[in-house]
Amino acid sequence: MSPLQRMGRWVGQHLVLMGGLLVIVYMFVPIFVVVLMSFNKPKSKLIYRFDSFTLQNWLHPCTDQSMCSALSRSIQIGLLATVVATVLGTLMAFALVRHRFEGRAVANLLVFLPMASPEIVMGSSLLALFVAAGFGGQLGFWTILIAHIMFCLSFVVVTVRARLAGLDNNLEQAAMDLYATEAQTFRRVTLPLVFPGILGAALLSFSLSFDDFIITNLNAGNTTTFPMYVWGVAQRGVPMQVNVVGTVMFLVSIAIVVGAELNRRRQEKALA
Amino acid sequence: MSQVAEAPEKSGDVGAYEGLRIRSLTKEFASFTAVKSLDLDVPSGSFFALLGPSGCGKTTTLRMVAGLETPTSGSIELSGKDITWDKPYRRPVNTVFQNYALFPHLDIYENVAFGLRRRKSKEVDRSVREMLQLVELESQTRKRPPQLSGGQQQRVALARALINSPEVLLLDEPLGALDLKLRRSMQIEIKRIQTEVGLTFVHVTHDQEEAMTMADTIAVMNQGVIEQMGAPAELYDNPETTFVANFLGQSNLIEVEIRGPEGDFVVVDMQGTLASIPTQRTHVQPTVGEKAWVGIRPEKVLIAEVGASIDAPGNSIPGGVVSDVSFIGVSTQYLVRMPWGQEIQVFEQNTGRRRLFRQGEQVDISWHPEYAFLLDHHQDASAGVDKVDAPS
Ligand SMILES: Nc1ncnc2c1ncn2[C@@H]1O[C@H](COP(=O)(O)OP(=O)(O)OP(=O)(O)O)[C@@H](O)[C@H]1O
Ligand SMILES: [Mg+2]
Repeated sequence: MSPLQRMGRWVGQHLVLMGGLLVIVYMFVPIFVVVLMSFNKPKSKLIYRFDSFTLQNWLHPCTDQSMCSALSRSIQIGLLATVVATVLGTLMAFALVRHRFEGRAVANLLVFLPMASPEIVMGSSLLALFVAAGFGGQLGFWTILIAHIMFCLSFVVVTVRARLAGLDNNLEQAAMDLYATEAQTFRRVTLPLVFPGILGAALLSFSLSFDDFIITNLNAGNTTTFPMYVWGVAQRGVPMQVNVVGTVMFLVSIAIVVGAELNRRRQEKALA
Repeated sequence: MSQVAEAPEKSGDVGAYEGLRIRSLTKEFASFTAVKSLDLDVPSGSFFALLGPSGCGKTTTLRMVAGLETPTSGSIELSGKDITWDKPYRRPVNTVFQNYALFPHLDIYENVAFGLRRRKSKEVDRSVREMLQLVELESQTRKRPPQLSGGQQQRVALARALINSPEVLLLDEPLGALDLKLRRSMQIEIKRIQTEVGLTFVHVTHDQEEAMTMADTIAVMNQGVIEQMGAPAELYDNPETTFVANFLGQSNLIEVEIRGPEGDFVVVDMQGTLASIPTQRTHVQPTVGEKAWVGIRPEKVLIAEVGASIDAPGNSIPGGVVSDVSFIGVSTQYLVRMPWGQEIQVFEQNTGRRRLFRQGEQVDISWHPEYAFLLDHHQDASAGVDKVDAPS
């Protein structure tokens, strides 16, 4: 076999691997840049380039007060919207799966609609609604919250509903047969079995709320959320602390994914 | 139709009935009546089988006893206490579900402990270990249900219900999903456990063999009503309806005309031959001139060469022609075409003392009068024939 042939074979055998690696590099380059830039000490605000290493951005993330207040507002809205949407959406999912009522089929369909319609349509119609209802002057935290709860709700209902539909309702009857009252049945059987769905819905809600821009921007008035802040400063030079926030967000997501995976493996190991 | 099983110890009418007593229980789903005015007495400590074809209302009946379905009308009593409207968790009744319904998020130990924990029992650990030992699953306590085989899951379901020592244990076709071999061994297992713990078992099945091998008393159910109830041998020997005659084993049903009672017998004209049926095996008014069905089990029919002397005078019919012979080792199954066109099934034990008959041979058939039974002609002669688990 000539060296050329051997090389050809090697390439052939590793082509898929190479392709995969390239895709991963492609996906992670932006994140790498964010992490890198969080340690950057720029010479000029306007030139986005790695100049020299510093820990200042990490030690003093709130140099720009308005960034931190936007960030904390976004987190507050995210958490509130998540809690309200998860509770409401879970209740709705239970109603849609467990109860036979007039208009159930229609309700099932309508729940999908907010997910399917373009954000710009939802955002502008909400704005129109707020203005028409006389809240045009009070756009801000609460209107953003209402908007976020609204679009998170559909995702929660759909996620929890899928989980519930896959649940054998013989299990709840078995629990009742084994002396569990209605409340105990819910706590010991229904909730644990549906919980992964609810947790997934909550995580999804938070990330949807945290990075929403279009609907938020339309209904925010003078209030600024984190995405709006980044958008606003993009023209005059983004402070490096934004990259610190980005890196932290990235690490938190990784922690959640890895944690879930470890938990799964641990359970499997305990069973083996 | 008598629907009261013989209680092991006769309690008579003095005091409350020890066991499960169901009276005119009815369940309607929208326009469909799944259970029609059902009466049932299950003596305490017995192994009771509810046998019937798919869709006849067995599960619905069990669910009403467990409290998982609300009856439309009727009553359910347990040891003299009316439990018809009690919540499921207030009844001393536990169920082994048709699909087991084990909790997938709990391990085997916690599945079995579930009932005890809800009732705040002090002895959870000891009881659970004992119970897992009884069903031979001590080594699997920390596994979860999906990691067990079908037979193991079935035993967990049994243990989970049994551990609560219910007054009545309801088993809804617990062996339905198992293969034949496992099924046979589980039948023996369940029967052993029942004898060991001495509780009342109500076992639902559509497998007649299963019901006959396991139960003390069988109730045959069809289209929401109990057709007949009694000990397995009693039901098999003296079925009261065409459905029972066909569903429990096989029967030859021959159309006859009643000639009237004569002593302890009812005489009938069986396509030209007179035959007599013992009165206690007659389940129709012996009105002279009315039509009826004479039933005879294939293994009770004797087959003989034309003119050979037979020992069943009065119930002998000449003129048969063997139309089919199948040799299955322990026995031979014949189909004998009678002069009026009907084919009679005959099973003969292969004792080796007689030769086999050939196809096309002329034969006489006969039977002892005490083996035949007389049924109502209004009933469908083919009721219960096409059952799911026809024994081959
Ligand atoms: N919730 C319900 N709504 C309407 N009809 C029902 C309902 N549950 C049962 N039925 C009907 O009642 C009849 C009896 O059902 P059931 O489940 O008791 O049958 P089964 O004897 O247990 O049959 P199988 O051997 O197949 O389990 C069936 O015809 C079924 O279609
Ligand atoms: Mg059933």
